[in-house]
Amino acid sequence: MAYSEKVIDHYNNPRNVGSFDKSDPTVGTGMVGAPECGDVMKLQVKVNPATGVIEDAKFKTFGCGSAIASSSLATEWLRGKTVDQALEIKNTDIVNELSLPPVKIHCSVLAEDAIKAAIGDYKKKAAAH
Amino acid sequence: MKLPIYMDNHATTPVDPRVFEAMRPYFTDVFGNAASRNHSFGWQAEEAVEKARKQVGDLIGATAKEIILTSGATESNNLAIKGAADMYAERGNHIITAATEHKAVLDTCKHLEKDGARVTYLPVQQNGLVDLDQLRAAITDKTILVSIMYANNEIGVVQNIREIGKIAKERGVLVHTDGTQAAGKIPVDVTKDNIDMMSISAHKMYGPKGVGALYVRRRNPRVQLTSQMDGGGHERGMRSGTLNVTGIVGLGEACALAKAEMPEESVRMAYLRDKLKDRLLASLDEVYINGTMDSRLPNNLNISFAYVEGESLLMGINDVAVSSGSACTSATLEPSYVLKALGAGDDLAHSSIRFGLGRFNTEEEVDYVSAKVVEVVKKLRELSPLYEMFKEGIDLTKVAWTAH
Repeated sequence: MAYSEKVIDHYNNPRNVGSFDKSDPTVGTGMVGAPECGDVMKLQVKVNPATGVIEDAKFKTFGCGSAIASSSLATEWLRGKTVDQALEIKNTDIVNELSLPPVKIHCSVLAEDAIKAAIGDYKKKAAAH
Repeated sequence: MKLPIYMDNHATTPVDPRVFEAMRPYFTDVFGNAASRNHSFGWQAEEAVEKARKQVGDLIGATAKEIILTSGATESNNLAIKGAADMYAERGNHIITAATEHKAVLDTCKHLEKDGARVTYLPVQQNGLVDLDQLRAAITDKTILVSIMYANNEIGVVQNIREIGKIAKERGVLVHTDGTQAAGKIPVDVTKDNIDMMSISAHKMYGPKGVGALYVRRRNPRVQLTSQMDGGGHERGMRSGTLNVTGIVGLGEACALAKAEMPEESVRMAYLRDKLKDRLLASLDEVYINGTMDSRLPNNLNISFAYVEGESLLMGINDVAVSSGSACTSATLEPSYVLKALGAGDDLAHSSIRFGLGRFNTEEEVDYVSAKVVEVVKKLRELSPLYEMFKEGIDLTKVAWTAH
């Protein structure tokens, strides 16, 4: 199976790899997937509490090239969006941008789930403060 | 050194140029039908086939007459298992095989189950070997056949066929072994190893694709099989169809070369394989070898790089042809059933790579591949949330994952 150029680019030069401190109240962390399924994504957002804008995003992914590319792309898209705008990102947007074949659609679904989990985590923390 | 490097020799091997030269005249000059009994074209073809038949027999300690020529190991496995089930139906309907067999054996057995046969799929131990006590316990008075592969295509583990054969023979049960990966790589002797039927493929030992053989014992006991393809009654009535003379010549030559060069070649394979293994183990932590190293093909290494997914690793070493036991590379979404049968856990199955060294691999290639794999594994672990968690001391088996 051939990978699209964009998938290869994200695989070779993944954007925003890394981790934030999970206990930071301005950080939301989403971890989705399972090792026995062959992919786990950790996606984190760092939000400006005054504006609700995602100022930074980072990821780490265990998974195939398409899973790595989907989460790498997600971090690019998240930066500069408000948390509510971030929730509008759909897996189909990722499929289209990366030209993912049908067998790799689950990678994009996982990325969307990771975004939702990260934002959800941030909102829960913000509400608790 | 030329890129890409081919290191997937359990999938297939290139035709050895010497094999190709032996085959060459049989495409155009000597084109007769080996079954044509009344002219020299047929006689020449028949002579070539009989020479090849003997070369195949010589490799495994069989006589030429015991070699049934087929289209390959899948056909041989089908013929052996279905043919015996048909032929010995009055004696019983129970077959014993193992969980780590090739699909050509497993699916053949499943097919027979639909027709009323009873099949026992023996589990394997963590080292990949069948437990002989479990085999003994599984044999009943209805058992007609034990089919256990000689060497595994994924993990290269070599079963104790000699002992398996002995156990089966003591109970009057026939023994078939899928010898696809073993023949030509390690010494096989069908008599000493107590084998009644053995499947062989040419393209796994530097012969052409589309040709293989089934060894069928002629005495002690004389094994009979119901043919699975009806027609002109070729191959002692067991396998009809005009013989693939060119391919058969290639199979024979491949067997002769394998026999002559095995003592040196197997030592060289083991040296290269061990160098690859040692380099990887020395440079990386959390690396696990799948299947025992104590009873293994000299050219096989199957290894899991924990916290790195197999397909992403293949993508990073894209100038090296190897294969992964991970779901994403195959048509199915399941990780390797062979690795699962070892109890490795799905996570390690997803992280596995199979290296299959071959006659044409060089030490320079092994050096390149080991360095490249180390580099890519390190890069992917930087990306891996699992490796990060492992480094933080988190027990990954205790995490509540969101399975999807």
